[in-house]
Amino acid sequence: MTEKKIVRPYGDTTGDGMVQVSFTLPVPHDKRAEGAAVQLAAKMGIDPAMLVHAKQMGDGYTFFVVYGRVNHLVDLSAVQVVERDFPLLSAKEVNALVKQRLRRKLSVVGACIGTDAHTVGIDAILNVKGIAGEKGLEYYRELKVTNLGAQVSVPELVEAARVEKADAVLVSQVVTQRDAHLHNTREMSAAFREAMPAGKRPLLIVGGPRFDETMAEELGVDRIFGRGTTPGEVASYLAYALITNRKARAA
Amino acid sequence: MTGKLDLDPALVARARELARRAGQPVVDLARSHTTVSVERAVLRLAGVTGADPDGIPWVNRLVDAVVADVGLGHGVAAPVFDALAREEITDVTLLAQKAAAGSVRFTQPTGKAATAARRAARKAVAAGVRQIDRRRAERDRLVKRYGDPRQRPWIYLIVATGDIYEDIPQAQAAARAGADVIAVIRSTGQSLLDYVPEGATREGFAGTYATQENFRLMRAALDESSRELGRYVRLTNYASGLCMPEMATLAGLERLDMMLNDSMYGILFRDINPIRTFVDQRFSRQVHARAGIIINTGEDNYLTTADAVEEAHTVTVSQLLNEFFAHEAGLADWQLGLGHAFEINPDLPESFRLELAHALLARELFPDAPLKWMPPTKHMTGDVFRGNLLDGFFNLVGTMTGQGILLVGMMTEAVVTPWLSDRDIALQNVRYVLGAAGGLHEDFVPAPGGFIQQRANRVIGEAVELLERIGEQSLLTAIAEGTFGIMKRPADRGKGLDGVARHEADYYNPATDLLERAA
Repeated sequence: MTEKKIVRPYGDTTGDGMVQVSFTLPVPHDKRAEGAAVQLAAKMGIDPAMLVHAKQMGDGYTFFVVYGRVNHLVDLSAVQVVERDFPLLSAKEVNALVKQRLRRKLSVVGACIGTDAHTVGIDAILNVKGIAGEKGLEYYRELKVTNLGAQVSVPELVEAARVEKADAVLVSQVVTQRDAHLHNTREMSAAFREAMPAGKRPLLIVGGPRFDETMAEELGVDRIFGRGTTPGEVASYLAYALITNRKARAA
Repeated sequence: MTGKLDLDPALVARARELARRAGQPVVDLARSHTTVSVERAVLRLAGVTGADPDGIPWVNRLVDAVVADVGLGHGVAAPVFDALAREEITDVTLLAQKAAAGSVRFTQPTGKAATAARRAARKAVAAGVRQIDRRRAERDRLVKRYGDPRQRPWIYLIVATGDIYEDIPQAQAAARAGADVIAVIRSTGQSLLDYVPEGATREGFAGTYATQENFRLMRAALDESSRELGRYVRLTNYASGLCMPEMATLAGLERLDMMLNDSMYGILFRDINPIRTFVDQRFSRQVHARAGIIINTGEDNYLTTADAVEEAHTVTVSQLLNEFFAHEAGLADWQLGLGHAFEINPDLPESFRLELAHALLARELFPDAPLKWMPPTKHMTGDVFRGNLLDGFFNLVGTMTGQGILLVGMMTEAVVTPWLSDRDIALQNVRYVLGAAGGLHEDFVPAPGGFIQQRANRVIGEAVELLERIGEQSLLTAIAEGTFGIMKRPADRGKGLDGVARHEADYYNPATDLLERAA
């Protein structure tokens, strides 16, 4: 197989390198503004740049559309992607997996622990409303969601997980003063280890804007989700960790 | 413009009657209960302002103190004004501070003391209601001076930076670019706060906190814009979540013009207790009625979780319920911005004709309501070019079916919060469609017995069937069993339930008295 390693953008002829971009500059529309747009395009590697549209918006902004030939090359062999270690599934796919393979509702218990009253994160992931156009886990027919809300103590959380026979526990931590999020997470994971034997322990997941996603092992949890995580990613991870990759976890 | 769909008047009348039957038990429930937020709204009308050093409003501290001593079921007005007389002070906020410090005990007054306390409470609350009346008269004056938008639908744009001082120039720029209504989106999660934050705020999550001071700042800025542009620019916020009655009160006091206020949204999408929601909603709507505020209901949300074709009739049912609850609370038809949305999968054959049928149905069922037409969100993919085309078709349905308020769709929906250029392109789209086809509704008459008429009649038929099912089992049961959206919300669960109480025999709420007497 002969793989083409070097490619350029394609307009209507192989190798023509044509791209189209649009942007706004904070200047009123005049000759100089158009010159500024062409200069920006040139710095982006577009040469020659054709300024095809310019329109002033309000007092001091102009919107531009530029077409042109970009002089950069793309080396496909040098492309590096960080692969997610679990496949991203749709709500339908997650529901189908739970229904067919687990054959009961997957129980999720969520809370903000400690003094943290910021339920923004846990609500974005759990409430039907969701975030960024994605519905929260409550929307998934095959998930049974218990959202304990804010300022839940660790013993309360462990008890709720036991009552709800939680398959997974989701904890959100926004407040980070004096590393409260790290202390709380360690306390939580230790409490679960103490209260339940390894095989019976629910999957422990924490999330929050200030977590380092690589610290899971150190904090004693199964997974950390950082800023910008969507409900779909969490649901996909649950399906992966609890169903499709279950054996690997047990081992 | 009635009669384009050949709807059966008897069926429409039956739908309204069924909505009344389903809604009445909920109204009875609302009339026999109160909530902490209703009582806090009463205290706000009576003049309690400000917050303690931790940011907890004095109304919260005062209601908590009264509840601890005498419970919630008598209403806080009488115990508060009784304590005020015993302490020999006139400032209710000062009483709240003393109560928070634990130096005041509350009792439920009886006999002469009760009569005196009620009279004093009524006087204080009446002053707050008069302030709302003055703000309404002020709006009427300004609308007369600057005028309403020149076109229908009114163009509604959203601002949401999290920082009120960033929102202001953005809102003014949007008004200059053609927006008739500015909505300031709230910070994510504010609906679940059981208090209203205080002061001007500069930090929010995907939105700006709704506070009295933020309301005041933005309204003042838009008054400036109205003067500059020669048309009255309206301001919208949210009376939803756990503090609905207080939000409504603050909106009335600060002359907001529209408020999102849905009868079931908080229950279904925020898991707020159903009884809490219905009690709070009734009071908030009474305040809106008094303040001359147009409510916007949230039916568009059902279509983001459910299929827009199969579940189209749930929108109609919810509109009918919202109408019933709104009328019962004293709102007039011109104040009913009933919601609906362009959310049918564009890959479905005839999707545009279906959208026309649904939008025209809403128009004909509620001929005197402004109707709020919401843009596509569910099928916006990040392909901004296709998105712009969809928004154009959305705008076209809006003008062809005579919608009252058009929320401008963004081609970058689900990609980024709108950029300046996104908003400009979106407004260009609206202007083009309204300019090119603004009068098309005059010519647009669906063929008798054709696709659009058949579809509309089918949806109203399904709505009646659903209302009949609800009638058999009561609305609260229907909500508990997941009839709307897909959420099951039992009446004894959900957030905010501990802030609900059944009225005691001597329950007293001067605000409800004043608001109901007017209606």
